Amino acid sequence: MAPHADQLTSAVEIRGLSRRFGEHVVLDALDLSITDGEFVALLGRSGSGKSTMLRALAGLDYDVTGDGELRIPDRVSVVFQDSRLLPWRRVLDNVILGNRAADGRTRGIEALAEVGLSGRERAWPNQLSGGEQQRVALARSLVGEPQLLLADEPFGALDALTRLKMHELLRDLCRRHRPAVLLVTHDVDEAIKLADRIVVLDAGRIALDVRPTQPDIRDVLLRALGVTA
Amino acid sequence: MLTSTISSTISRTAPPPVAHGHVRRRRLGPGRPIPYGRAVGPLLLVTIWAVASATGVLDPRMLSAPWTIVGTTGDLIASGDLQTHILASLQRAALGFLIGGTVGTVLAIVAGISRIGEALIDGPIQIKRAIPTIGLIPLLILWLGIGETFKVVIIALAAAIYMYVQVFAGLTGIDHRYVELAEVQNYTRWEFLRHVVFPGALPGFFVGLRLSVTFSWLILITVEQINALSGVGYMMSQAQLYAQTDVIVVGLLVYGVFGFASDTLLRLLERRVLSWRRTLTS
Ligand SMILES: Nc1ncnc2c1ncn2[C@@H]1O[C@H](COP(=O)(O)OP(=O)(O)OP(=O)(O)O)[C@@H](O)[C@H]1O
Ligand SMILES: [Mg+2]
Repeated sequence: MAPHADQLTSAVEIRGLSRRFGEHVVLDALDLSITDGEFVALLGRSGSGKSTMLRALAGLDYDVTGDGELRIPDRVSVVFQDSRLLPWRRVLDNVILGNRAADGRTRGIEALAEVGLSGRERAWPNQLSGGEQQRVALARSLVGEPQLLLADEPFGALDALTRLKMHELLRDLCRRHRPAVLLVTHDVDEAIKLADRIVVLDAGRIALDVRPTQPDIRDVLLRALGVTA
Repeated sequence: MLTSTISSTISRTAPPPVAHGHVRRRRLGPGRPIPYGRAVGPLLLVTIWAVASATGVLDPRMLSAPWTIVGTTGDLIASGDLQTHILASLQRAALGFLIGGTVGTVLAIVAGISRIGEALIDGPIQIKRAIPTIGLIPLLILWLGIGETFKVVIIALAAAIYMYVQVFAGLTGIDHRYVELAEVQNYTRWEFLRHVVFPGALPGFFVGLRLSVTFSWLILITVEQINALSGVGYMMSQAQLYAQTDVIVVGLLVYGVFGFASDTLLRLLERRVLSWRRTLTS
């Protein structure tokens, strides 16, 4: 299934992962590995189970029936579609909360600088624009130096222009911090632009596993998503 | 630039809609508030009252004239009676509110953060909620007599219930998205409670505070008029025996002033503590 991963150390190993809601099988013995520092984009039709898979990796699906083997690193960060900042904590507190490093504050200030929000440490989240809030969420996810970054349509709620800027920011940040990334998106171009590898989820399995450098990648992906008329 | 272009195209048929850089629109809201507008209604009422008293339309046995009320207030203060009664009332209300508010908050926290606590506490409180506190007066008199304890306990009961309901709702109604966040960010249970659950319940806590204060006054008035030897309510029921409408009105004014003052105080406190909310735009 994952020919690129065999020789390298893998950050994520998924073997035979199944998840179902009642009779509805969403993930059906799915296999996937992600190597250290690899940026994987996960595409799939709406309802194909992308979020279900991400939540399984994030450990947020304790009530869901299913089985399989999962191996994930110790340090995992999650970026949600909404920035999910605590409105009653200032920006810097949001970034460093739960981070138990001795130099947590300094790191938080550095992380905010990295996402271009120096000087906004003491702002309330509601005083920031949607794009700025999502940048704070990125800073929060990177401040713990994660080995794996899970992101579920993190730019879905942003306007097109802001989204382009966020793409560049995310790419820079990932080059610098080198976490393995699993980015759920419905945007084919976003996947091609950002990822080292693109997988398509369909009928509970990985239906396609390709490199964005492959010729005609856009058509290949759109066909796999069933969009070509 | 843009607006002037629009105006020049429209102005052929209509007068220019742009003046001083503002587009003219029919205002549908109630418009600008009148300065000290809130005082207009009460002032008018007092004026009517004064005129009616002065012309003799209003029988002083039904309602004393405004100047009689002012005079009576002066007399009551000079003799020290008013202060004594107010102090007695304040003491009961404050004690009952503090005890009740604290008990209600503590019970809500225990029930709100542990399933065992919820199983033990929530049921009985919901049952108590269905019984109006004032309905408990006969039983409480049998148990506690008609002394100070009875009065404080019944105020505390009412305050505790209102506090409990609001704080419990605040604690258990926490947004599930923040629970997930705390989980993926590896918060400890204490960090989760301190940074997510408790701040999230603060708005409910303040609603509870304000309701408790309001109902502390309400119950206070009731119990003081039933049986007491001091307090504003006692002063008023005595006045009723001697048909002193002026003293009754003074008592009502005192209740009004204290009710309003305590609510305003809590509102100010709430604004300070929940300052992060003021920035909400949507
Ligand atoms: N808690 C739940 N209870 C029942 N069914 C669920 C639950 N969560 C998800 N499902 C179902 O599982 C399927 C996969 O959902 P999931 O959210 O993973 O899709 P998705 O690929 O993320 O879709 P989208 O692109 O729209 O976000 C859907 O059919 C959905 O209805
Ligand atoms: Mg989804």
